[in-house]
Amino acid sequence: MDNGYLTTKGRIFDIQRYSIHDGYGIRTIVFLKGCFLHCRWCCNPESQRHDIETMIVQGKEKVIGRDVTVAEVMEIVEKDRDYYRRSGGGMTLSGGEILFQPDFALALLRAAKERGITTAVESTACAKWEVIEPLLPYLDQYLMDIKHMNSGKHRQFTGISNERILENARRIAQSGQTELSIRVPTIPTFNATPEEIAQIAEFADSLPGVKRIHLLPYHRLGSDKYEGLGRNYEMGDIPVPDLATMELLKKTAEEHSHLECVLGG
Amino acid sequence: MAEYYVPELPRSERIPRLVHHLYAKMPEIESARAKLITESYKASEGQPQVLRRALAFSHILKHIPIIIRPEELIVGSTTLAPRGCQTYPEFSYEWLEAEFDTVEHREADPFYISKQTAAELREANKYWKGRTSSELAESYMAPETKKAIEHNIFTTGNYFYNGVGHYTVDYGKVITIGFGGMMREAAAELAGCRPGDADYVTKTAMLKAMILDYQAAIDYAARYADLAQQEAAKESGQRREELLTIAANCRTAPAEGAKTFWEACQVFWFIQQLIQIESSGHSISPGRFDQYMFPFYKKDLDAGKLTRDFAQELVDCIWVKLNDLNKCRDAQSAKGFAGYSLFQNLIVGGQNEEGRDVTNDLSFICITASKHVFLPMPSLSIRVWNGSPHDLLIRAADLTRTGIGLPAWYNDEVIIPAMMNRGVPLEDARNYCIIGCVEPSVPGKTFGWHDAAFFNMCRPLELVFSNGCDLGEQISVRTGEVEEMQTYEEFFRAYQEQMNYMISLLVNSDNAIDVAHRVLNQNPFASGMVENCMRSGKVLEEGGAVYNFTGPQGFGIANVGNALYAVKKLVFDEHRVTMRELKNAMKMNFGEPLDERSITDIAIETIREMRRQGHEIPDSQLPDVIRKVAQIQLPDEVRERYKEIRRMILELPKFGNDIDEVDEFAREAAYLYSRPIETYHNPRGGQYQAGMYPVSANVPLGAQTGATPDGRLAHTPVADGVSPYVGTDVNGPTAACNSVAKLDHGICSNGTLFNQKFHPSALSGTKGLDDFVALIRSYFDQKGMHMQFNVVSRETLLDAQKHPENYQHLVVRVAGYSALFTTLSRSLQDDIISRTEQTSAM
Repeated sequence: MDNGYLTTKGRIFDIQRYSIHDGYGIRTIVFLKGCFLHCRWCCNPESQRHDIETMIVQGKEKVIGRDVTVAEVMEIVEKDRDYYRRSGGGMTLSGGEILFQPDFALALLRAAKERGITTAVESTACAKWEVIEPLLPYLDQYLMDIKHMNSGKHRQFTGISNERILENARRIAQSGQTELSIRVPTIPTFNATPEEIAQIAEFADSLPGVKRIHLLPYHRLGSDKYEGLGRNYEMGDIPVPDLATMELLKKTAEEHSHLECVLGG
Repeated sequence: MAEYYVPELPRSERIPRLVHHLYAKMPEIESARAKLITESYKASEGQPQVLRRALAFSHILKHIPIIIRPEELIVGSTTLAPRGCQTYPEFSYEWLEAEFDTVEHREADPFYISKQTAAELREANKYWKGRTSSELAESYMAPETKKAIEHNIFTTGNYFYNGVGHYTVDYGKVITIGFGGMMREAAAELAGCRPGDADYVTKTAMLKAMILDYQAAIDYAARYADLAQQEAAKESGQRREELLTIAANCRTAPAEGAKTFWEACQVFWFIQQLIQIESSGHSISPGRFDQYMFPFYKKDLDAGKLTRDFAQELVDCIWVKLNDLNKCRDAQSAKGFAGYSLFQNLIVGGQNEEGRDVTNDLSFICITASKHVFLPMPSLSIRVWNGSPHDLLIRAADLTRTGIGLPAWYNDEVIIPAMMNRGVPLEDARNYCIIGCVEPSVPGKTFGWHDAAFFNMCRPLELVFSNGCDLGEQISVRTGEVEEMQTYEEFFRAYQEQMNYMISLLVNSDNAIDVAHRVLNQNPFASGMVENCMRSGKVLEEGGAVYNFTGPQGFGIANVGNALYAVKKLVFDEHRVTMRELKNAMKMNFGEPLDERSITDIAIETIREMRRQGHEIPDSQLPDVIRKVAQIQLPDEVRERYKEIRRMILELPKFGNDIDEVDEFAREAAYLYSRPIETYHNPRGGQYQAGMYPVSANVPLGAQTGATPDGRLAHTPVADGVSPYVGTDVNGPTAACNSVAKLDHGICSNGTLFNQKFHPSALSGTKGLDDFVALIRSYFDQKGMHMQFNVVSRETLLDAQKHPENYQHLVVRVAGYSALFTTLSRSLQDDIISRTEQTSAM
């Protein structure tokens, strides 16, 4: 067998073990660096640039980003194999945007599957279909962000329009090769209204095979990172949505679709 | 396929009222037992010791005041005051007399004592001078052993000052045949004794003692029957009916065996309570309660005589009663066993002798009882194996999630082979229960001496740096000047030698105490309920049980592992620090301020050194020298260098992060304790076996340990159990579990203890419970032995320190047991708060 892909290099900024709030079971999340989007609310601003950079964390400089091989990543991912087996968990690739480094992402997914470890990605699917399609045979779950149905507003808040994202969502769903779950970062001033959530729910409902939609409430946990990177936090003082609002949006999503709506990951 | 009833049963309104009554006042010391045993001993001088023990037991049970607390369904109280304690002067008494004025206000486990009680105890204690087991034990010890104890290398104080305890008797048998049945067995054995038999003398005395004891138990129960009858006459309605049933339960079942579940509960309680009147030994562990109580439950349930709700209420009542028993320890021991705990360990689930899972209704009822009663006792445990039903584990996780620190989780797949490695046959090993904190044992067949000592593995490491000296005195072997060691192997061997020497002294200490108990404080009442004692003609203390062990526990593995790694890396591999620098840096607490103890230690050392050089310095000069030492100012550059050395150490990988290179050192460190231990034997013909758990002694014994090469500062707590050192496991719970699982748990057949603290968010929802159970199962897949959890937020604990009045019932996991947080000493509270809190990655 060709093991060349194990030496494929990529750039990550973190690996988190024992993640239990995103996807099935106990997971190890590999965070790939670099993103096509620049969402204003992004809680991992250090993930956006592909360049290695320095962030001030608790008063100390910390280098964000390192280049690693697939083999090096797998060495860590494999350490929790027992936990995946017992919990139904596995490896999740997140970002940034994993499609920013498609060869690396593909090699990681392939390595995991060849070792019997289940896989998931968190991605917006904003890449050419030719880039996405090869990943699907190695992917058990696609956790896909759909942030807004209005392309103009999407561009205004994330830096790019949404046509390709919506089209890819449909193609991924139609491929039948992976379980697709739709996730909506629910951001006041952007999409946290019943109308806007209803539109997304209706769209998600139209995708074959999709069973669940997740509403991820906006939080401010990443705001100090902007300071650490010397950047401006454009969300300002916008408060996080309260539980009543989230419950209302959940109800809205359920009324406008046949999907199960879950608050949080 | 096993069948069991899963839904959670409701809590009776009686239960919170029973709990409230129990905790309304500070616990109190009473004098009845001390007075009665003294009277009896004075009258029985010259008789065989075992008979004197039984005569005293009978005398106590005949005259000790009895009481039925409001609304109780299960009766039998050792003290009039709720949660009170009796004293046991036959073991030791001086420490208590010394504390008469302070025990009410001391930090750990305070007790109220009235002036009258103090006077009565003082009078009784006069008899015991020169007659206690502690005095006899001390006289048996080698001088070098006493020296090592004086210098805090290890402590055997628990069994030195108290009874041994730590057994699980055959509850099921006694509940079934009653104490009357036990008397018949003893009588039958007695009938077979021939005057010419070699053991006729001792065996007949023992059997007669047992018969006296069981008759005393029956008579004691009858006193309760009378009392219940009298009280019934004053009551009406439901309570009158309850008291009449209680009277009936106490009248016949203790003698003839239980017929109903309620009777079985009552007889269970008399066994449990009376064992703890016979001796002050703690960790009297009910063991597999869900198994031996099940036939009584099932019979009544099938016959329609018992509802599940009422069974739950009875079990809840037993749980409350287990918190009614109490024990006053000396101030130092109270710190090591903090939280008024009696370590009555009760385990549910697991396999039977044939390897089948035997989870039943009662397994669930027991878990629910801990949720209902929400008190530290019993120390609830659960057995886990590949065949454990998922719903049982989920229910146990749901209890863990409440923050009570219960249950503790045990792995059949490691413990069964570990016991077989000690010569226990498969059937018995499969039937194991847990004693005290974490100690596996075959119920009804074992005298395991499971909690035989605390051995602080950091202290022999200090002795390597001082060539066997402590406070200027040569207390151990000379392993060479540490500065002159050329290789890591040389250093390692020196540590090994220091360990081996001190372990041999630990064994001497335990064996001396073992013999003292055999000579003076046999316990025929408990002995008869353990298999083989009657037949062999030997009480437990003489080696009468089927299995005999001594299990002293080592701790500080993480510190020693990290320290060995740091020495190898920084001194020998990379030459970044010289051994002299490291030695001096440790002595000066890595440039951090010296506490009073360090200053005093240095002053004493200095005086002794000067005396050795021929100077005459009277002891009265010590305060002067202390003042001078306190004024010593390190030059800035020296101080900075010491701090830098510590920084270098702290930057090295640490045990607990799933890094093979350093985890390997912790594994080796654990072997340095566990391997030599198992080569020794005790006077009862049994083997020594290592445990790796600290109870709560890692805090007080850490306070006697200087700075260590892992960067730990002087007199701070050492690592607890096999857990990573506080705050050094930063790669999450899976990494910590993987590291700890790399230790060889199978050789530590006296138990290992792994603490983890979780934030409540990590267990939220159904998925939280599923993932939590998966985490435990995965740790167990890798041959971890035991795991326990504190699920409480740091903020909650800090707030509880500030406003203890709001947190009277906050239960936390300390070591092999849970305790009320507000009753713990400040330093132990701090230690629990500083344990790394595992959250899930966001």
